[in-house]
Amino acid sequence: MGSKTPLHEKHVDAGARIVDFGGWDMPLHYGSQKEEHHAVRQGAGVFEVSHMTIVDLRGDRARDFLRYLVANDVAKLHEYGKALYTCMLNPEGGVIDDLIIYYLSDTDYRIVVNAATRDKDLAWITKQAAEFDVSVLERPELAMIAVQGPKARELAAPCIDAEYREAALAMKPFFGMQAGDWFIARTGYTGEDGWEICMPAAEAPAVWDRLLAAGVVPCGLGARDTLRLEAAMNLYGTDMDETVSPLEAGLNWTIAWDPDDRDFIGRAALQEFRDKPNKQRFVGLLLEDRGVLRNHQKVVVEGIGEGEITSGGFSPTMGKSIALARLPAGDYDRAQVEVRGKLLNVRIVKTPFVRNGQIRIDI
Amino acid sequence: MSDLPGDLLYTKDHEWLRREDDGSVTIGITDHAQSALGDLVYVELPEVGQDVDDGGDMAVVESVKAASDVYAPISGSIAAVNEALADDPEKINTDPYGDGWIVRLQPSDGIDEGALMSPDDYQQFVDELDD
Repeated sequence: MGSKTPLHEKHVDAGARIVDFGGWDMPLHYGSQKEEHHAVRQGAGVFEVSHMTIVDLRGDRARDFLRYLVANDVAKLHEYGKALYTCMLNPEGGVIDDLIIYYLSDTDYRIVVNAATRDKDLAWITKQAAEFDVSVLERPELAMIAVQGPKARELAAPCIDAEYREAALAMKPFFGMQAGDWFIARTGYTGEDGWEICMPAAEAPAVWDRLLAAGVVPCGLGARDTLRLEAAMNLYGTDMDETVSPLEAGLNWTIAWDPDDRDFIGRAALQEFRDKPNKQRFVGLLLEDRGVLRNHQKVVVEGIGEGEITSGGFSPTMGKSIALARLPAGDYDRAQVEVRGKLLNVRIVKTPFVRNGQIRIDI
Repeated sequence: MSDLPGDLLYTKDHEWLRREDDGSVTIGITDHAQSALGDLVYVELPEVGQDVDDGGDMAVVESVKAASDVYAPISGSIAAVNEALADDPEKINTDPYGDGWIVRLQPSDGIDEGALMSPDDYQQFVDELDD
């Protein structure tokens, strides 16, 4: 048995199928993954994500430290609570992890990193932080839930302390705010509006009950994965890892090249790689034949070469199979995927597949 | 766990078999199997007339989560396939022992009942897996 999250009993009570995820016992679904998926696209769903690692970075040089630690640039952040998505690279330009950074002040940042990468992330961050005299404080006493969907904020607002409710509802996308012991952020991993909320673990079960009573649907990791795939949001360990550059994982937009003189870990390697020709493409695929695309299936581009699906699955919103894939360089918009010895036709499409409840590609 | 139909035989691969009056055998996956797979989204069916060997691949059921092979529990030739699954694979989730049947097989060598489980034996088999 793995580690238990603060809401473990709630998941069991709600009939969850529990699976191991990075050493944690997590709900996969509560009966129907598809229904949970649709609830988030059309109404509101709640995920427990307490397994994720919350870390507070504080110190006079916290800003300088983060400008060195990650590939995106926290110097872009000026407004209280503003969030930044970034990769943390190794010196070779591979991705150690992807994370979100919330700006609280130049000396105070909150970051959220993945669960499965916790140990290596903390070791790496702590090692790099020493030189900057920045404190690295993990917050395992906090539970974290993600309430997502077009109705998520409306249904979750009554759970928020009246003192902070109005401010929380007024908060713009991709911002976070401290609300007493809670931290509320208008972020997520589904392609829908909503909040991610950190709170003392002891308070989480009552909040969970209240959300469910309000009609918010409990959702597991299964729906989380199909939602993020439709939104074309990368999954660490699947779409990229330490051997893959963000330049071949569709994450170019997260690299802050300017200013030229900002030295961040991995910059030299990344810059050298950037100037090389024939980098692999990271694209969205739509399956035109019947079947289901899966991780690691081989993609064949006739006359050009081969690539691989990094994340594949079934899109409940489109009723079709979709994937993210790393493919050979070249100018082409069709390919084939090898599934059980047969070649199925796929079309290369612009991602995201789905955003805010709407299908964004021609199907 | 819902009650298992008493007139079926079961396999360790979580498939069920029903003897039909014409000597053919209808095959599907059990409620336990559909529950473990989750929402089904695609079923790959064999061709009618195709010969299959005991233990060989016969069909593939794919859920939102994963693909899973359906093995031939006996040797024979495919007499019919459940075409309705092409548009509605969730019939396997909603009615695994009825509308969610997968293929009908004409056995070539009869049925070795010793290799199959009664409802009680299968129930015990599943209970032990859950422990």
